[in-house]
Amino acid sequence: MTDANDLRRRTRELLAAHPPATTDRKAFLEARFDAGLAWVHFPEGLGGLGLPRTLQSVVEAELAAAGAPDNDPRRIGIGLGMAAPTILQYGTEEQKRRFLRPLWLGEEVWCQLFSEPGAGSDLAALGTRAVKDGDTWVVNGQKVWTSSAHLARWAILIARTDPDVPKHRGITYFVCDMTDPGVEVRPLRQITGEAEFNEVFLSDVRIPDAHRLGEVGDGWRVAQTTLNNERVAIGGSPIPREGGMIGKVAATWRDRPDLRTHDLHQRLLDLWVEAEAARLTGARLRQQLVAGQPGPEGAGMKLSFARLNQQISGLEVELLGEEGLLYEDWTMVRPEQVNFTGRDAGYRYLRSKGNSIEGGTSEVLLNIVAERVLGLPAEPRTDKDVAWKDLAR
Amino acid sequence: MSAPATTPDLLYSQEEEDLRAAVRDLLADRCDAASVIARTESGEPHDRTLWKSLAEDMGLAGLLVPEERGGQGASHREAAVVLEELGRAVAPVPYLTSAVVATEALLACSGEEADRLLAALASGRTLGVLAVPLHTAPGAAVPTARVEAGALHGAFTGVADAQVADVLLVPGEDGALYAVDTTAGGVTVDPRVSFDLTRPVAAVTLDGAAARKVAGGAPEAVARALRAGAGLLASEQLGVAEQVLTETVGYLKERKQFNRQVGGFQAIKHRLARIWLDVVNLRAVARAAADALATGSEDAPTAVAVAQVFASRVAVHATEEAVQLHGGIGMTWEHPTHLHLKRAKVDSLAYGTAGRHKERLAELVDLRAPLA
Ligand SMILES: Cc1cc2nc3c(=O)[nH]c(=O)nc-3n(C[C@H](O)[C@H](O)[C@H](O)COP(=O)(O)OP(=O)(O)OC[C@H]3O[C@@H](n4cnc5c(N)ncnc54)[C@H](O)[C@@H]3O)c2cc1C
Repeated sequence: MTDANDLRRRTRELLAAHPPATTDRKAFLEARFDAGLAWVHFPEGLGGLGLPRTLQSVVEAELAAAGAPDNDPRRIGIGLGMAAPTILQYGTEEQKRRFLRPLWLGEEVWCQLFSEPGAGSDLAALGTRAVKDGDTWVVNGQKVWTSSAHLARWAILIARTDPDVPKHRGITYFVCDMTDPGVEVRPLRQITGEAEFNEVFLSDVRIPDAHRLGEVGDGWRVAQTTLNNERVAIGGSPIPREGGMIGKVAATWRDRPDLRTHDLHQRLLDLWVEAEAARLTGARLRQQLVAGQPGPEGAGMKLSFARLNQQISGLEVELLGEEGLLYEDWTMVRPEQVNFTGRDAGYRYLRSKGNSIEGGTSEVLLNIVAERVLGLPAEPRTDKDVAWKDLAR
Repeated sequence: MSAPATTPDLLYSQEEEDLRAAVRDLLADRCDAASVIARTESGEPHDRTLWKSLAEDMGLAGLLVPEERGGQGASHREAAVVLEELGRAVAPVPYLTSAVVATEALLACSGEEADRLLAALASGRTLGVLAVPLHTAPGAAVPTARVEAGALHGAFTGVADAQVADVLLVPGEDGALYAVDTTAGGVTVDPRVSFDLTRPVAAVTLDGAAARKVAGGAPEAVARALRAGAGLLASEQLGVAEQVLTETVGYLKERKQFNRQVGGFQAIKHRLARIWLDVVNLRAVARAAADALATGSEDAPTAVAVAQVFASRVAVHATEEAVQLHGGIGMTWEHPTHLHLKRAKVDSLAYGTAGRHKERLAELVDLRAPLA
């Protein structure tokens, strides 16, 4: 509790020294980072205070109450959620100093160059090659489904550095400069009409060895940090009841009695209850973390939210009747940020289809729950002891 | 829409974990599946010796009753933990009916008779049940007794655990709640062939039965009792679902077909993983309901309705899957899974079906039905 009070005091001091009303947004964010209030679980000097992650909610509550600007987390989700924890865990001191501050401030957007046309769920089968040439690595290959690549200054990249050993062992993890002349980003239009993700072609891209994260050949282990953070992704503060997509459809239901039918009513109530159950499960998970007793529940949260988002938005399109026949805008754009709940119901319905694919498909997550939580036998593996170059593809 | 001001405490305290361990130990020792199955076919479906240990020796019958009224002064949170364990074992004891529902009805009443009965129920030496059908939803209308010169007349069906009750709490047509001793003249308790033999129901007939008035305000007391019953039932359903999941996972790790563990087939793994996810969610909603009841939160009616809509689906689905995934053994009388299946199915009716609770929820959270 003293930690929480101390944090509250520090946050108020920040607000007093840099009143949001009269302070430039950038200056405020810089001051916040330098006061260690950016992400309190990070070390001092790197935007944090070395405190438990759950205390972040104390800071957020104070800042929100004071109307302070934020770092627009939806624009920089991959940097905050995936690159930063990986750099923190595996980066050198120099890498941490170079990358974390502009990442958090939103000055530098990050993207994730993991998936390839031939390596999705089986990510470890990836074929992008990195070959050492003196102090640099020369990278060639193709990545795909790369969200925000068109905005990104940096990428986290995994590439094969040794094709002669089994697939998990020959991978190395890098930070890739997206302004390198060998990087070509082409938009990939998705079912929503827009192009949130891209294809990225890497031709003789040169990455200094100083931008390697972790040891050569240890990239799979480093990538686990990235992927685990992608899947957990629980926010600092609890979600209120009807937060998220269910709130949108509930509001429509209340405002538009003319649209109601008995069938939709029953389905809406079922989904409302399931959304509330998922919300409470998230709240319980957060309480477990605060109490220092993390449970395996996190693995299930993404499964629940993917299914719920899809069913709720599907119901909303049906509820809207004639409006459900329409779509806001199919124009091909390359959006600046990912917004699952933004735009109209039709967009939400289509975008949420990706929720059970991105960041590990629901099928793969069910395998993980079955094996790691329930202890059921692993899937048969025919590729474990085979050199990557000899795998079927 | 009403929203809870604070997030409920969804964890188990150390004391609650200790309580769970003690109850689980006792049940492991005294309530194995084979003896529960054997008892269902005996003339005595309730395990009175087990009840004595739980209620009298461990003091669990008085958890909801304040110390000054003769109880343990604990709360719905602790009672919920006990029910999780009783559900797991499908223990044939009248805990939910006597120590929760009848007790909660008496907690709504004041006066000498209410105090006397409350202390008696809290001690565990007296068993009481509310004379309303088990499937009644909180707030629904209930049958009442005709009151004539201090004696009661009427027929009450579907009364769970009436067979072992010492005292019946009966709503009178005058709006008062009455206590009737089952040994009194004019009282007939007719055990029915019940779907859940571990929580059997009976038909009760009162034909000029001598009654003591407990208090006025029977409808409120009954509604409150049924709400607590519905809310804590979710914890029993959690215990049922969790137990069949554990059992089924254990069995399918052992069972081999096609030269493999059956639990290694992906179709099976995914089904089990989904049940696990359901159970994880059920734990959160059941804890939320127990906490809301314990703290007297304004959100309690919503939390209870959510818990019942959710728990009934999950417990029924988990037990149905358990039968299927055991293959032929799952269809046998000897294997315990049918105890859980039957309990889960009857629980889905008890204190109101999911549909009834959805109707209530629609009002509580202002998601109204279509206009006529
Ligand atoms: C909106 C969106 C954004 C994305 N953003 C990024 C990004 O920024 N960076 C990045 O690197 N990647 C990104 N991805 C890629 C994503 O991680 C992959 O699409 C995902 O891992 C699945 O790989 P795949 O598409 O090759 O499908 P596949 O792996 O080919 O899967 C095809 C189907 O087979 C199923 N399947 C596969 N293996 C198994 C198994 N063992 N058991 C059962 N079923 C199985 C899958 O569940 C799926 O249904 C994004 C994807 C989407 C949809």
